[in-house]
Amino acid sequence: MERDTNFVLGVFDDEDVLLHAVEEVRASGVKIHEVYSPYPVHGLEHVLGYKRSRLPIAAFLFGMLGTSLALTMQFYMMRFDWPMIIGGKDYAAFPDFIPVTFEMTVLLAAFGMVGVFMISSNLKPWAQPRIFDVRSTDDKHIMAIDIANNSAMDLAKIEEILKSSGASEVNKKSFE
Amino acid sequence: MQVTSSVREPLVTGGKTYHDVTHDVSRQVEGKPSLAWFLAFLTAAGVLALGSIALIATLWEGIGMWGLNKTVGWAWDITNFVWWVGIGHAGTLISAVLLLFRQKWRTSINRAAEAMTIFAVICAAMFPVIHMGRPWLGAYWALPLPNTFGSLWVNFNSPLLWDVFAISTYFSVSLVFWYIGLIPDFATIRDRATGLRKTIYGALSFGWDGAAKTWMRYESVSLILAGLATPLVLSVHTIVSFDFATSVIPGWHTTIFPPYFVAGAIFSGFAMVLTLMIVTRKVFKLEDYITIGHIELMNIVIIVTGSIVGVAYITEFFIAWYSGVEPEFYAFYNRATGPYFWAYWTMMTCNVISPQLFWIKKIRTSIVATFALSIVVNIGMWFERFVIIVTSLHRDYLPSSWAMFYPTWADVGVYLFTFGLFFTLFFLFAKFFPVINMAEVKSVLKSSSEKVSK
Repeated sequence: MERDTNFVLGVFDDEDVLLHAVEEVRASGVKIHEVYSPYPVHGLEHVLGYKRSRLPIAAFLFGMLGTSLALTMQFYMMRFDWPMIIGGKDYAAFPDFIPVTFEMTVLLAAFGMVGVFMISSNLKPWAQPRIFDVRSTDDKHIMAIDIANNSAMDLAKIEEILKSSGASEVNKKSFE
Repeated sequence: MQVTSSVREPLVTGGKTYHDVTHDVSRQVEGKPSLAWFLAFLTAAGVLALGSIALIATLWEGIGMWGLNKTVGWAWDITNFVWWVGIGHAGTLISAVLLLFRQKWRTSINRAAEAMTIFAVICAAMFPVIHMGRPWLGAYWALPLPNTFGSLWVNFNSPLLWDVFAISTYFSVSLVFWYIGLIPDFATIRDRATGLRKTIYGALSFGWDGAAKTWMRYESVSLILAGLATPLVLSVHTIVSFDFATSVIPGWHTTIFPPYFVAGAIFSGFAMVLTLMIVTRKVFKLEDYITIGHIELMNIVIIVTGSIVGVAYITEFFIAWYSGVEPEFYAFYNRATGPYFWAYWTMMTCNVISPQLFWIKKIRTSIVATFALSIVVNIGMWFERFVIIVTSLHRDYLPSSWAMFYPTWADVGVYLFTFGLFFTLFFLFAKFFPVINMAEVKSVLKSSSEKVSK
């Protein structure tokens, strides 16, 4: 059987039931493909065993880039390229450069981080997502299990585990 | 499993289920617009069309169309600029600062408040751009572009240039923050729709699928953006106040300006949020989401910021006298008793006295009173900026140059234009975008609504 095409779906109504179910399903040895929720469920990433997002690091690096670009630009323009005396100040009036430096730090940190988020999560206007169950953007949590990835386990057994862990429905879904 | 407090009021009333939230918010987007919406939209678009006559006249003839003279070189234009920017601040405060403070009540109002921020900043940015006189050359004056006009680069020592960076960063970061929040809700509408709407909202939703990993990153992005937007929003009005504070004009040259402007901005912004939300909740039947509890909390923010503004007015008056600087004291004395006394006392009444009425619980939980006072506050805040700008300029160091400012029809028309623009954009938003952040409301529903948590 091919990977990534045939799935068993556990449908959950409640976030707390879902959290316990994820723990139980993983403890029984079933590998979960992904869980789809209509809203962020706190603690879900921990029970699924996901590593902390490194996006804050991206934001920091882009912010540093903004700081250095802004300072370089201002010192180059005001001190070296075309020095002028303005209000009797030094050419390199460092305190006056802080507001623009701050704004460019924030701008690059925000845009850089959001850009990385878009790329890493494959968010783009022409993206065609695979919708396992349309109710996952309304009121249900959908736990998707790749059958090929769990070939060691019997299909009926997986369905049994889902049912006993509190799934209100167990469905199958195949993609081309 | 979840513990529901018997002391705390629920954030969402009416025993809503998750599906009810989806339905109540999405039906505004999916249904045919109501007659009330059409009338409101046409009125706003009409004001926009009328105001554009004044805007075109100003661009065609130059800013000589306005009532400015050589003594009062800044008047309605900069007043309107500061007023609109200030209004914008509430949106960021609600979505970013209240997120950092884990105030869950923000979830039903943050979407509309952020939309208000974006539209208000667009209106604000128009004024400095038109005031350049020849805005088509503005890019050379505002952005560090190489040119042959003489000074080569823009002046990084000038707070007016800092403003260019502050306002454009504020606008673009707010826009991104707002759009990231909209993506999951666009996906909800996409999954309910068919045909053309599915295609449009499908593209707007950027292929969102609600995977746990994406939600984890989304939460991380929201938190960092909130952390960036909080100092950003403080910096924006601080820099706006530097436009005045770094000059040597009596009445402007004060160190109290940055905190005083930021408090005033939040004050007027919350008033505008209340004006808009009281109408929106009624027209779209969202009383269960934007409750009296929300209105009361926002009114409390208005008391706090209004009192800060009041203390600032009194402090600057005291310091003007205590400093012993004659022109400085004259500027303040002239504000209160000179030819613009009516503007000063309108400001004092609307901003210092009227919000104190919210100490009375009956008033701050009354929708009619809140609506009326929210408009009074915004009138007061417009007069605050008018008083600071015009009364400080009109009697300068040289009595032979003293003058008065009289607005022309073009001044009024351009101001009307921004009202038309703001409300046209807001009504379009209210019809075509989900006005309440469905995903975030769902995430706080369980701990706050009796039906889901039973």
